[in-house]
Amino acid sequence: MRGALDLWPLPRPRSGGRLSPPRRRVRRLDIRNGRVDLSHGAGGRASAQLIDEIFLDAFDNPLLARGDDQAAFDVQAGRMVMSTDGYVISPLFFPGGDIGSLAVHGTVNDVAMSGARPLHLAASYIIEEGFALADLHRIAHSMGRAAREAGVAIVTGDTKVVERGKGDGVFITTTGIGIVPSGLDLSADRATSGDRVILSGCVGDHGVAVMSKRANLGFETELLSDSAALHGLVAEMVRVAGASLRVMRDPTRGGLAAALNEIAQRSGVGFLIDESAIPVRPEVAAACELLGLDPLYVANEGKLVAIVAPDAADTLLVAMRAHPLGRGAALIGQAIADEQCFVQMTTSFGGGRIVDWLAGEQLPRIC
Amino acid sequence: MKHIDEYRDGTLARSIAATIAREAACDRHYQFMEFCGGHTHAISRYGIEDLLPGNVQMVHGPGCPVCVLPIGRIDDAIKLAMRPEVTLCTYADLMRVPASAGANLLKAKAAGADIRMVYSTLDAIRIAETEPHREVVFFAIGFETTTPPTAVAIRLARKKRLRNFTVFCNHVLTPPAIRAILDAPVLPEGGQVRVDGFIGPAHVSTITGTTPYLSLAAEFAKPVVVAGFEPLDVVQAILMLLRQVNEGRHDVENQYIRFVTTAGNVIAQREMAEMFELRESFEWRGLGELPMSALRLRDAYADLDAERRFAVETVPAADNPACECGTILRGLKKPAECKLFGTLCTPETPMGSCMVSPEGACAAHWTYGRFRARDRVAV
Repeated sequence: MRGALDLWPLPRPRSGGRLSPPRRRVRRLDIRNGRVDLSHGAGGRASAQLIDEIFLDAFDNPLLARGDDQAAFDVQAGRMVMSTDGYVISPLFFPGGDIGSLAVHGTVNDVAMSGARPLHLAASYIIEEGFALADLHRIAHSMGRAAREAGVAIVTGDTKVVERGKGDGVFITTTGIGIVPSGLDLSADRATSGDRVILSGCVGDHGVAVMSKRANLGFETELLSDSAALHGLVAEMVRVAGASLRVMRDPTRGGLAAALNEIAQRSGVGFLIDESAIPVRPEVAAACELLGLDPLYVANEGKLVAIVAPDAADTLLVAMRAHPLGRGAALIGQAIADEQCFVQMTTSFGGGRIVDWLAGEQLPRIC
Repeated sequence: MKHIDEYRDGTLARSIAATIAREAACDRHYQFMEFCGGHTHAISRYGIEDLLPGNVQMVHGPGCPVCVLPIGRIDDAIKLAMRPEVTLCTYADLMRVPASAGANLLKAKAAGADIRMVYSTLDAIRIAETEPHREVVFFAIGFETTTPPTAVAIRLARKKRLRNFTVFCNHVLTPPAIRAILDAPVLPEGGQVRVDGFIGPAHVSTITGTTPYLSLAAEFAKPVVVAGFEPLDVVQAILMLLRQVNEGRHDVENQYIRFVTTAGNVIAQREMAEMFELRESFEWRGLGELPMSALRLRDAYADLDAERRFAVETVPAADNPACECGTILRGLKKPAECKLFGTLCTPETPMGSCMVSPEGACAAHWTYGRFRARDRVAV
């Protein structure tokens, strides 16, 4: 089945745990000028070469280097979490990141929102025929770097090549697993009236940074995506607040509004938040103003919202602000009893409004 | 944000609101209509109604360009888009507007029509230039604000000698719609709406100036205050209207002096006059056929007119009979009084056009204000 499924890694000789070059190589890939063609997905020597020279090189780790169709590793007693996410962002490279680093951060964060320590990732690439090898190389290495920085390993993966016009450059799916510290049970249904809502920093950076590079919008900004792995911040939060943490969410698509509505529905509570307490960078506010968007609905890739028992809120906030990824943390509101599960907001103007679910697409293909 | 935050100052708003409460005569009820969807959106988004005393109420007007576009014209756009040679360029707001038989542009796109969402008329020109084998049709809608950008596109298409670019023109005018509301006969479904004064359009007035409202204010003895779309603009305009009513005046006043002049944007007006002429009549969703209320391309620009190139013949289509968009657009009913509101009709599955655009009265009320239908949750 290997040829048909085209799984990585391909079995190959190893030397001292490091990846060695394939035995019968004709010529190295022309990474600077070459392009992915259908043979790179056909399961033959070209596939093996693509995997060797781009992915194994970029993701280099002992589990991947064992060269099996699957990664085998020991597990400890306790609870594990698993999460998967597909990345279809356009453009592939954006200020502050690219689809490769995003595919690591996004899934690491989904795992981490359970309070877990992320352990391993699996990665699946769907590449369009004609895609520049230089771009693929750049994406794979960015992904490898992001994984190393996050302390997780990409231990297994897959590549497919689809005909030109059947994809859009490259799509990546990553699946992650992690281990939950004992005594921790975070879930969207655990918010209760009186709990506090803490946001780890300013909202909207990722969505606006991506929009600024869209061909038909292209506006000048020095804003970077906030794309980052949050499990370090989460570990600190778990250390300080422990079982007082009820829910954590990374507000990606649909933004803070979607995250809070989801929690409200699942927990059967409402929220009352204060618009003036929600940090938004001036350049994000300005871009949203111009494009007719609301920062509360714009995607983030390096922020989290935490629902926490009231007595732990202050300590948690202090601890978050001491962490580099939580410096802008703010208490933005609280859970309230509400059968209709509305997320209400006191506007900075002094009135009240609902922060509803997003209807339709605000910004397509943002992650 | 400079030049924005100043107009969203809550403290100042509360002080103006206190003045409104103080000056509003306790024995009378004030009802003002904000004509524009932009104002409707600001009122809902910033919770302005919470700041007003109970006897000062806002009625939402028909100034949402998406909302007043009749079904027949959306059907036309879908028919155009389904032609294999056509690429239809549209503002994204229009994608989910319900057409006949449950259709909309989003579904037509999924069914294979080449429909592109654009942010500017210039995007459509760019597509026509880069894809010369496609017949690019720009779906032009809106009031006097969006007409000049369409004029610019027409001017550019002519200059670049684009043979594959046309405009499907649905531009409408503000004064005839205000007149239609004030002029409306007593209606079987609830009579004429009582309006004590109008908040006049913001962006529209930057083009038209304040002059077009003079005859309306005089003829119907209703004050008009042209106001910006920021919440403080709206609150101040309400105070200005209230004072006019209290003093028995019906003048046209300009709150939006930072952008609006008496004469308006003369260059834009000249361009519009050069390229467009009045249609004898045009159907408005909710308001019916209104004479001299919409624009079409002049004969001199016939080659850029999609209606002529593709021989578009609009077939009028009726709204869902239970949909109250018509009465809501005339200010006769509140969104929550419609049987479909929040049940069959939500922003995800809109039945009427007022639920589609964020500027529509129903969408604004659903998205921002529906908790007001009950007592505010005590905290």
